[in-house]
Amino acid sequence: MKIREIQDLLQAELLCGNDALDGDVDSACCSDMMSDVLAFVKDQGVLLTGLVNAQVIRTAAMMDMPCIVFVRSKIPTEEMLILAEECGIVVMRSARRAYEACGILYSHGLNSLTGQ
Amino acid sequence: MHEPVKFHFNVDGENFSSAGEASVMVKKKLRQLGFPPDVMRRVSIAMYEGEINMVIHADGGSADVTVEDEYIEIVLADKGPGIPNIDLAMQEGYSTARDNIRALGFGAGMGLPNMKKYTDYMHIDTEVGVGTTITMRVNI
Repeated sequence: MKIREIQDLLQAELLCGNDALDGDVDSACCSDMMSDVLAFVKDQGVLLTGLVNAQVIRTAAMMDMPCIVFVRSKIPTEEMLILAEECGIVVMRSARRAYEACGILYSHGLNSLTGQ
Repeated sequence: MHEPVKFHFNVDGENFSSAGEASVMVKKKLRQLGFPPDVMRRVSIAMYEGEINMVIHADGGSADVTVEDEYIEIVLADKGPGIPNIDLAMQEGYSTARDNIRALGFGAGMGLPNMKKYTDYMHIDTEVGVGTTITMRVNI
């Protein structure tokens, strides 16, 4: 699935990474615990989260995840977006709740990143 | 035999939002040196977990990364409270982090096990009341 399709499906507002919207992803994970993302995620895909701090961006960067979706209309700081740009990560935000956003993406073919 | 490439960082324990800056920097340097994605990822995740631990538990410390011919070594040293029981600390899910740290997305008790998982060698040298030095290696 193209990252731009994720934006469309979640009616998300793009916050940075316009150049990388045609990148492909085939899986996603959703967590507010970055510890768990670092421990259990096996492939590089989309991170959905309601947590807003710089560690979300750094966690995605460490895991080579190309896209972050902030759910529940959470607003990342300017500092976070600058960091995401530097790391080449697409950042968007959606008014969907985490459960809804996951359901929409899953029903359109995005698998779980944890491989459980 | 090449001269080892070395990086040194001071990890600021005052500011949680800056935790991980050194790991991001190391990943960039390893990319510039042409290391494969898997090696970069393992080094940077292990170091990132260690950096976060130093900020959460030890008020910061230092991080030294050395690129040798056959492995990349990460040494994280702090003057924090030390780890009273390493076996317990290595158990997945065991954490002494406070609730305010969990609210920031960390403190799930996965840090040390994750550092071991992503590296080929890990040694913890710790003394209660003195500090902790963790040495990790990722084979190239």
